[in-house]
Amino acid sequence: MAKTVLAVDDSASMRQMVKLTLSTAGYQVVEAADGREALAKAKGTAFDMVLTDLNMPNMDGLTLIRELRTLSTYRGVPIVFLTTESDAGKKAEAKTAGATAWIVKPFQQDQLLNLVRKIIGT
Amino acid sequence: MTGADPSQIFREEAAELLAALETALLHLEQRPADREPLDTAFRALHTIKGSGSMFGFEAAASFTHHLESAFDRMRKGELAATPAMIGIALAAKDHIRVLIDDPAGADAAAGAGILARLAEQSDGAAMSASLRQDLDDADGRASWRVRFRLAPDALERGTNPLLLLDELRELGDAGVVALTGDIPPLEELEPTLCHVAWEVILTTTHPRSTIEDVFIFVIDETELTIEPVPVPVPEREAEQGPVMTADLPAPAPVPREPAAPKAEAGPEKAKAQPAANSIRVPAERLDDLMDQVGELVIAHARLKQLVSDSVDLQIKSVTEEIERLSNGLRDITMGIRMVPVESLFGRFRRLVRDLSQELGKDVALTMSGEETELDKTMIERLNDPLVHIIRNSLDHGLEPAADRVAAGKPPQGRIHLSARHAGTRVLMTIRDDGRGLDRDRIRAKAEEQELIPPGAKLSDAELFQLIFHPGFSTARALTSVSGRGIGMDVVKRTIDGLRGTIEVSSTPGGGTEITLGLPLTLAIIDGLLVRVGQGRYVIPLFAVEECVELPPDVERRHAGRNFLNIRGALVPFLRLRDSFGVRHPPDLYQKIVIISSGDRRVGLVVDQVLGDHQTVIKSMSKLHADVASFSGATILGDGSVALILDIAQIVAAGQVQDQRREAS
Repeated sequence: MAKTVLAVDDSASMRQMVKLTLSTAGYQVVEAADGREALAKAKGTAFDMVLTDLNMPNMDGLTLIRELRTLSTYRGVPIVFLTTESDAGKKAEAKTAGATAWIVKPFQQDQLLNLVRKIIGT
Repeated sequence: MTGADPSQIFREEAAELLAALETALLHLEQRPADREPLDTAFRALHTIKGSGSMFGFEAAASFTHHLESAFDRMRKGELAATPAMIGIALAAKDHIRVLIDDPAGADAAAGAGILARLAEQSDGAAMSASLRQDLDDADGRASWRVRFRLAPDALERGTNPLLLLDELRELGDAGVVALTGDIPPLEELEPTLCHVAWEVILTTTHPRSTIEDVFIFVIDETELTIEPVPVPVPEREAEQGPVMTADLPAPAPVPREPAAPKAEAGPEKAKAQPAANSIRVPAERLDDLMDQVGELVIAHARLKQLVSDSVDLQIKSVTEEIERLSNGLRDITMGIRMVPVESLFGRFRRLVRDLSQELGKDVALTMSGEETELDKTMIERLNDPLVHIIRNSLDHGLEPAADRVAAGKPPQGRIHLSARHAGTRVLMTIRDDGRGLDRDRIRAKAEEQELIPPGAKLSDAELFQLIFHPGFSTARALTSVSGRGIGMDVVKRTIDGLRGTIEVSSTPGGGTEITLGLPLTLAIIDGLLVRVGQGRYVIPLFAVEECVELPPDVERRHAGRNFLNIRGALVPFLRLRDSFGVRHPPDLYQKIVIISSGDRRVGLVVDQVLGDHQTVIKSMSKLHADVASFSGATILGDGSVALILDIAQIVAAGQVQDQRREAS
């Protein structure tokens, strides 16, 4: 069964890029535009991985990570966040919140693919 | 050992291992079926290889690896320890030494040649193939021991250790061992936490950074060590791991008893234990310690002298306690410096083997008393003299096999090295069963060089001492091994410098025996303190035979000739006050200390015998290096200096007098 990834970003083009990359590689991708939407979708479906931006309206990425980790079904599910090189503080904060890994923006498609393979396998 | 260079420590260690290897190889050559030397050789190679790559001696490590593989196969019985194989191994050992001492200067072609011969000898196709492959890509591949323990909550954060292991496996050949020692008993087990650590032996062409990258997202919270191990991984390393992951039922087994996990905690703990029993210390530190102890002994002597006049019993008892402690400290310090002569004798196995091949003589070297201990400095300085003596025995002493058979001796020559304690001295004997010293030739040569007057009457011992004269060689033709006329005088000088004695005995056709008498240590000797005029002198106690009173009428009776009748034997004596130009009026009753060196005795006339003295030897300054009568100086309890008499020189001076008597 294909592994499902929840891609959370307020930028549609970014979500599109993620979806295209991962679905070509055989993953199933569900999109969410912000934290609140993502949390709602996550409660309904058991995703294999969550990929989220940090800066988003309504509910930001950090809050999303913390919320997800309170759900028993999301303990142990890899959460990858998108960050920029300069965001060292954010990175630490996100890790404390319970994130598993990160990918630095901007990234190439195969970098993303490698990351996902690394975190959840094929 | 702050700032000690680890690679220097490795060099020292490697030198010892290589010596052990050589000894083992030579044992093995004699007894190819013996298991013990084979194991020793293998262990030495294994350690050199392992430590070598750790300290950056990659060339040595990868070279050693091939030799180690061959020995491993010998251990498994797949390969025989043939003489040819031992020969190659010895050559390889020498090459390893070069690779470690001077990697840049190593002859790569020679190394490749040895490996090629090794491959040829070990004739197994698999071996040769792996060798060739390894020769090609040895540089690209490296093995790493990757050990990691994730943060306990790593699983909750979405990290999957199996994926990390998979990733490592993709980098190259990986052997994974799960370290399950920290899994708590079932009652306490928190199933969502990660209790297992892993050890992966990874052989890969990727650099270390790639391995680190595997852990990029967890590196901050993970205990991660990545250390290089020799290429390729010896199977034994992996075997030592407690459980292979593949054997692990899922979930990880939970030990029934809380005590169990401790027992199988990581392999490194078990290994660490025996190493703690010895520490490696640079020799200079021991020298420093000995110096300090020497100063302490002197300081104590002063204290003792001060206290001797005191009536305060408390101070006296403290002084006695300090005496006991400083003596104990002295003995322990000297003990630390003691090394079995085995380490010295062992080197000669190779020497004898190589020389006997070079000279085409069949020679067996035997030893006894190798466990006798001697000061390390002494051992080092004895090397060259012993090499000379053994070379001489092999070259001049032992006859070719045909001559031996003609003389009714077994064709194989024998050289025997032995060491034993004799009081505070160590006697070291080098004995061969060769033709013996040629008295006539020595005499002819000595007369030719005008060392002795023609037709002089000499005892055997006197005659044999001539061979130690500079430039003296009776060899008819020079060989590459010996006969240049240098050597034996150097031997004599070195042994004299060590306050040692040399005795030679020889029977024609029966062989020669050279005995070196050596002090246990260079730093402290027992001496007899004597007074001449106002000066005080120390006579090494080992040379002292007896003390007698000089009969007042001796002068009159012997008409100025300095001889004394000691129980029927005429002993020449020297008046030290004349020798040292003492003007102070002599005591009424003069004493004579009879000293001996070899089988010669000489009496020394002194004013007073003060008693025995624990003598800490201080060498004399360069300015006084050419003063022949003294071998050193010591500091007495009252802070004054006493000179130590050089027995060999004094006895020689006495002999001159003896010869004058015989001539007259």
